[in-house]
Amino acid sequence: MLSIVVASGKGGTGKTTIATSLALACAALPTWLVDCDVEAPNAHLIVRPQLERRQEVGILIPEVDHERCTGCGRCAQVCQYHAVAVVGRRVLVFPQLCHGCGSCNYNCPEKAIRERLDIMGVLESGPTPSGVRFARGVMHVGEAMASPIIRQLKAWVRAETGPSPHDQLLILDAPPGVSCPVVETLRSADFALLVTEPTPFGLHDLRLINEVIRQLEMPAGVIINRDGIGNAQVEKFCEAAGLPILMRIPLERNIGQGLASGLPLIDIRPEYRARFRELADHIRSMVQGKPT
Amino acid sequence: MKIAISATDGNIEAPYAPNFGRAAYFVLMDTDTDTWQAVANPGMSASGGAGVQAAQLVINQGAQAVISGSFGPHAYQALEAAGLPMYLAPAGIASSVRQLVDWFKAGRLHVIGGPTNAAGHGATGQAAQGRR
Repeated sequence: MLSIVVASGKGGTGKTTIATSLALACAALPTWLVDCDVEAPNAHLIVRPQLERRQEVGILIPEVDHERCTGCGRCAQVCQYHAVAVVGRRVLVFPQLCHGCGSCNYNCPEKAIRERLDIMGVLESGPTPSGVRFARGVMHVGEAMASPIIRQLKAWVRAETGPSPHDQLLILDAPPGVSCPVVETLRSADFALLVTEPTPFGLHDLRLINEVIRQLEMPAGVIINRDGIGNAQVEKFCEAAGLPILMRIPLERNIGQGLASGLPLIDIRPEYRARFRELADHIRSMVQGKPT
Repeated sequence: MKIAISATDGNIEAPYAPNFGRAAYFVLMDTDTDTWQAVANPGMSASGGAGVQAAQLVINQGAQAVISGSFGPHAYQALEAAGLPMYLAPAGIASSVRQLVDWFKAGRLHVIGGPTNAAGHGATGQAAQGRR
């Protein structure tokens, strides 16, 4: 199985546009599309899944047994995230800061800390009319941490893919930006497909995401979306950074209009279907080290 | 009594720090003896939980009241649980720590009844991270 993460750096460059069309073009392989932008998922608008499976997810947060607690303050001392404060003999837990690491209850000398599951969101999956298998995570409004949901979403999908045929394709639509949720999405993937626009903003954030994929030692390539606007700085950067430019999608009003009405790129411009098939094959060759 | 004032530097003439959790220092003033000391705030550059960390610090230092420009919800919760009244520095004036202590002693500062900011926003009220 080949896993490709579609990431960007700058938001709004066209990750979902590309991830959905790449998946649709390769639907027969079979292909999974996993929407990892759990704060604002939107891939379902294009591929229109029938969501049949559902699972709540969360992290284990501490609950203090006040009978056993002596107010020693050890839990607050060991918490790296300052999610626990000890005020006199009262222990305050801040669930929004808690990362569910378990250090507090592990270190409590009185064994006064229990763990309870704090539900933060939901995982959903199901088939789509095109045959693409779809999964996503949705974080509940008001929650602050996407990474645990993304981690569990990926594990959930792995469990569902089962013994995978060699040609199976897993496409992950990453959140925008370069912070923890994006790193969590990228982790253990075979290839990072970086979508950018040829503008100074696009370049600035492409540099940042490039740093991340370098640290993760992940092969990557670039798609320039809205080609024709801005300048040639992005191309110069890609050449200097050793990032192959795998596709260019020119700026076209029709594409924007079609996307706004929920159509995938390959329906608006059918010639892209073959181009995305070729892109998937090309990426597979790059990952497997075969000459293209 | 011992009061803690959020400060931009570790001395009594420094301007106060506009946000409690992200202050560089806290000046701890004993209003009975007029002696003071400054402690650095480890929460200043924390990625999260700065308010909690700063609150824990001033609580552990034995402060009985706090003065700052703004208090986020976690700082507010922790300080309120400890029974520390939170006083607000007058807005729009770059007062020194000393000036705030004088106003406090004169009874001219107001206590807040709830956090002044949403989480992670700091004194400017802008979101900590922009999206798209």
